[in-house]
This record gives sequence, C-alpha cells and structure tokens, in this order.
Amino acid sequence: MQRNPQLNEKGELQHLLSIEGLPREILLQILDTAESFAGVTEREVKKVPLLRGKSVFNLFFEPSTRTRTTFEIAAKRLSADVINLNITVSSATKGESLLDTVANLSAMQADIFVVRHESSGAPFLIARHVKPHEHVINAGDGRHSHPTQGLLDLFTIRHYKKDFSGLTVAIVGDVLHSRVARSLIHGLTTLGAPEVRVIGPQTLLPAGVEALGVRVFHDMREGLADCDVVVMLRLQNERMRGALLPSAQEYFKHYGLTADKLALAKRDAIVMHPGPMNRGVEIDSTVADGPHSVILPQVTFGIAVRMAVMSIVAGN
Amino acid sequence: MRLHIKNARVVDPASGKDGAGELFIADGKISKELSKPDRVIDAKGLVLAPGFIDLAARLREPGYEYKATLESEMDAAVAGGVTSLACPPDTDPPLDEPGLVDMLRRRAKALARARVYPIGALTVKLSGEGLTEMGQLTDAGCVAFSQANAPLADTQVLWRALQYAATFGYPVWLRAEDAWLAKGGVAHDGEIATRLGLPGIPAFAETIALGTILELVRATGARVHVCRLSSAGAVDLIRRAKQEKLPVTCDVGIHHAHLCDLDLGYFDPNCRLEPPLRSQRDRDALARALAEGVVDCLCSDHTPVDEDGKHVPFALAEPGATGLELLLPLTLKWGQAQKLSLAATLARITSEPARVLGIPSGRLAAGAPADLVIFDPDASFTVAAASLRSQGKNTPFLGYELAGRVHFTIVDGKVVYES
Repeated sequence: MQRNPQLNEKGELQHLLSIEGLPREILLQILDTAESFAGVTEREVKKVPLLRGKSVFNLFFEPSTRTRTTFEIAAKRLSADVINLNITVSSATKGESLLDTVANLSAMQADIFVVRHESSGAPFLIARHVKPHEHVINAGDGRHSHPTQGLLDLFTIRHYKKDFSGLTVAIVGDVLHSRVARSLIHGLTTLGAPEVRVIGPQTLLPAGVEALGVRVFHDMREGLADCDVVVMLRLQNERMRGALLPSAQEYFKHYGLTADKLALAKRDAIVMHPGPMNRGVEIDSTVADGPHSVILPQVTFGIAVRMAVMSIVAGN
Repeated sequence: MRLHIKNARVVDPASGKDGAGELFIADGKISKELSKPDRVIDAKGLVLAPGFIDLAARLREPGYEYKATLESEMDAAVAGGVTSLACPPDTDPPLDEPGLVDMLRRRAKALARARVYPIGALTVKLSGEGLTEMGQLTDAGCVAFSQANAPLADTQVLWRALQYAATFGYPVWLRAEDAWLAKGGVAHDGEIATRLGLPGIPAFAETIALGTILELVRATGARVHVCRLSSAGAVDLIRRAKQEKLPVTCDVGIHHAHLCDLDLGYFDPNCRLEPPLRSQRDRDALARALAEGVVDCLCSDHTPVDEDGKHVPFALAEPGATGLELLLPLTLKWGQAQKLSLAATLARITSEPARVLGIPSGRLAAGAPADLVIFDPDASFTVAAASLRSQGKNTPFLGYELAGRVHFTIVDGKVVYES
C-alpha cells in the first residue's frame, strides 16, 4: 500500500484530501489552531499576515456558494491573494482536461489549490501531479469526502460538548450520496466518539456502511434516543427521481426532524446541518431555528477551521 | 523452416507430460523426426510448451488506433508468448460486418505474428437490438459471437439470439451483467466503494444475469462461453450448470484472479476494470475455481488505454488494463499459489482455451500446429511501463516483481519473437 498521499515524509499534512487516514494528532492540531483563529474573526481588524504573498486558487468544478465563499474569506483573513475559478463555465466546457487546467494555474505560481469536483477522488489525482511546494485542499469530491466540513462539524461538537469520549452522535438521511457524512464518521471514530449512528431507509444507506464503525437504524425514533448530537443531511430533489424515495412528503414523515422527534434525544442535544437546508423536507423550521440548533454557528466556525487548514498545510 | 529444439523441459498440458526432451518442427507442424534442421535451438534450463491462447485481447483496430495499433499489440502478444488470440468485437465500428472481419484477419495475417480469431458482434452495432448476419460473419472468419462489454438489456433479444445461434451451432460468448443493476456503477458495491464514495455494482448484477443466461441455455441448447466471471456466486452457478451438463464454459481475467477491491487504494485508475474487482472472498473463490476446473480458462482481457483515458478521476477513467505481456507471469503466480503442477497451470492458457475455441493448437502432439513458446519460469522482472511493448501501459501491476520470461515464440513453425 502506498503512503497516505496527504502526508509528507515527516508525517505532516501536505494536502488535506480526506479525514480518513489522518492521525488523531493532526485532527487535534487543526481543531486547536482553529480555536486560536476563532478570536481573529471577532476582532475589528480581522486579518493575520500568515499567508501574505501566497496565492490561493479556488477551483470549483461544481457550483457552490457557501463553501467557496468561506474559503475565500478564510484565505483573505490570512492575507493571501484569492483567485476564484468557476470551471463549469470555462475550460471544462472547452474540453481542457483537469490536469491541463491545474498545470496552467500552477504556471501562474499557485500555492494552494482548493478543489471541488463532482467525481470522487479528483483531488487525489490533482495532488499526485502538483509541484512539491503546492498544496491541495479538498472542498468536496463526489460522494467521497468533504474534510473541511467534517472538521468544522467536529469543531462545533467539541465547542458545545467539550470532548468526544461520552458522545452518541446520530447522522440522519442520505448517507449514500453524502461526502459530509463520510467525513464526519471518520473524524468521530478517530477522535473516540463511542457511538456513531446512521439513520435512514435502506435506499439511502451505502453497502457495508457498518464497516465504517457505525450502528445502523431505520427507525428514526429509535435512532435518536439519548443522542447528544443530531446531524441532519441535505436531501436533494433528484433523489425522488431514481426510485430511491417516493416523495419529499413521505421522506419528511419518516426522517424529517421535528420537535416531537428531537424530544427523544438528550435534553441538551445539539442539532447540526451542513446546509443548504430544505425546510419541511429534512428539517422542520421550528427545529432549524430553535434553541437546540447550532446551524449558524457552524458556518462561523467554518471560517476559522479553513484558516487553520490553509495555514497548517502552507507551513509544512 | 525446419527447427530442432533440444535440451528443453517439455511441458504438454493436454497430456500432462512434463520432462526433459526435444521437439522437431517441419512445414509449420510438430513432427516426429527430422533430418537436417535449418536451425537448432538449445533450450537448456527453459520450458518448452504450446504457445498461449488468449480468449480476450483487444487489438483496438479498427477505430482506436490512438490507443493501440494492430502492430504494437501483435508485438506485445508474441513477446508474451501468446500465439493465438480471440479479439472481442468492441472496435469502432464494431465487428458486425463481414468486410471488417475480413480486413482485420488479412491485416493480422500480413503481420505474421500471432493467429487472430475474431469474435463477431452478436447484435448490429452492439446495440442489443437486431441480430448480425452470423452466417456470413462465420464465413468471414468469426469463431463466436459476443456483446463484449456492451449491455444487452432486452432479454427477448438475448433469447432470440441464442435460439438463432443454437440453430447453426455458433458459440455465443457473454459477459453476465444485468444492465440495469450495473447502470452508473464503477466499483464493487461493498465496503471499499462505500469508503471511496464510488457508485457500486452489486455482485448480484452478475448472478442475476448469469441465472438468466443459464435458463436460456437450458431452453435453447445454445453453446455459451461466459466471459470474465467476477463473483463467488457466479462460480457456484457455473459449478451447478456443469454438473447438469449444460453446454457452458467460462473464463476469468488475470486481474480478477489476483486482485480485489482493496487494490483500488487511493483511486488507482488502473484498477478501473469491467467487471469491477470484487471482494477478497470473490477473488479467492475465482482463483480456487480455476484450479478445480470449474472455470476453464484464464485470459488477459488485454485492453490498452492511452494516458488521457486514465489521467482522470477514477469514475471517469476508461475501463481496462493491458495484459498480453503479463499473462504468463500472472498465470504462473496463480498456479504457484494454488500449488498446481506446471502442466496443470499452463492448461488454463493452452489446452483449455484451445478446446473452447475448437482449434487444433494448444498441444504438443505430432501433426499439431507448431505454435510454441520457450520460456524461463523463474526469471523475475519488475513490471514497468517502459518494458511493455503494448501501447497500453495501464496495469495495476506496475512495480510488481513477477517471474516468467519468454525467450522464443514460434507460430506456424516460424520464430516470431526471440529475446
């Protein structure tokens, strides 16, 4: 088996491609660094000079508003120059290959590539072909991984629950198509959360998901019992077309998070969602806007976490 | 050319014979005796065996010359000791017209390397709809009919195709894969695909399709060769079908006898194959079934793909791996792991595929075609792109240390390769 492609010879983070395979120390280093940046984002002058003179290329082969924006803000707060490229409307449609696009940008002296691609594994391909001083950060690849989202979820959980050692976490919904779920599961199992549950119908749970170290529930009420953290996943409309689900209404009936179902979790449970939310499909507005919801703080923490990741890879 | 090969370890899988000996060749045939040879080959320390017969090697002509040419791939074949090969019809255009088949055979013959046995398209343009002119294609040289990896979703067309082929005794070669269940999938539906976030193809996509095929064989009596088994469940179905004496044979590709989904590692596009690499349990069942004879043949499933086809994310990579030059070393590696004799090992790439194709080569009897290979089973080498003659450098075995080096390849009594 080849060396984990995201670590350099010294075992430090060269690229951030996936949470899977990252040692606990590196995850904690990122979370602790993010903690120190959380203060910066509250200051009046929200900038530190750590990446001054460095170029960050946001390479988005799949549309995104939130993730791209938070990466941009994070890079600017580190004083980097940020270039946003929306590839869906440029080279890819002209037939330029993924690696050619990267080679061209590399010739423009890039330091960090932030990559989102609809195909699982695309950032691994890019990481194999960039120059030694360049770094690749995966901003979401297919169904595979979305490590900065996973890290900001871990950061949020640690912020509210202090540590992972006694936690029961439930992840609800479309795990099959979710890179967010895969990233969070690996993060939680690495950091020692004793019980991670996935809740959903058979059609939305991937084959052999138990092997990731989770307990499977099909009944949401059973699955939510005594949970400390409830993570709701986004359900995309196209799932109704592939015979995976009959309708959004029926999905909400079985797997939508309502105040009534949330009452089965612990009294101090927190509710998370990676966004964008479909109110009335996977989550009821009273819950999304209610006292258990930490959905907006997640977005704020996302900036500090992305600052931490960029500053760590650039320093290695 | 009159040849005398002496001091060889002569291995004939058809008879099980394995011992020191010599062999004479005259007029393109193996001969009992010979006076005044034109050339004497001293094969001291080397194995002399029938040339290898590969049931699936894509030569990429016509249509895909940028991936490989007939010339490059025929070079690769003889460098790998392959003296006969069957080529699937998935060229562009597909082998669905006698003229195309005729041209391919003539071009191959002019190169005078390995013998080429074209497999004709079962349906026009491989579209899975209308039947091809199997009679005329047979006259042009097709030895069987197949869909290659193209789906045939309409079971009524499959039924009719098997009825028609059975009427005239044409063999039909099919890969068992339910087109609907496989749709969109790129990896074995299991733990690894789940971790990597790759859309899966469940093992039952193969067993369900194989169940359909076997039922249609029962109904029509068609002679069917099932190509590239990938799952333990399919092995069980074939075992039962053979006990029932159904006219079925089958093969496994060299990659599936050695690798499993774990080998995808970090999205290695060289492991993007059709059918997908399945679990370790499946791989072990295939390797064992080959040893037991439930699976008849090993083949290279040679598919040269150019760099552009593999320098893309895993799911977008073009499926297939180069294999002609690795057929011998990987067959030897499999035989060793199964603790088989050299004769029993080589049977899977000589006498058994000869039986499936119904051709007279693949054995060392006097009067048989002088298609032979002389190789060193112990010479080891590291698989590297630069050392492959095939235009396709795409193999999951890059960097592997393998044993088995061809010294001479002889086709029709002529030395077509020597190193």
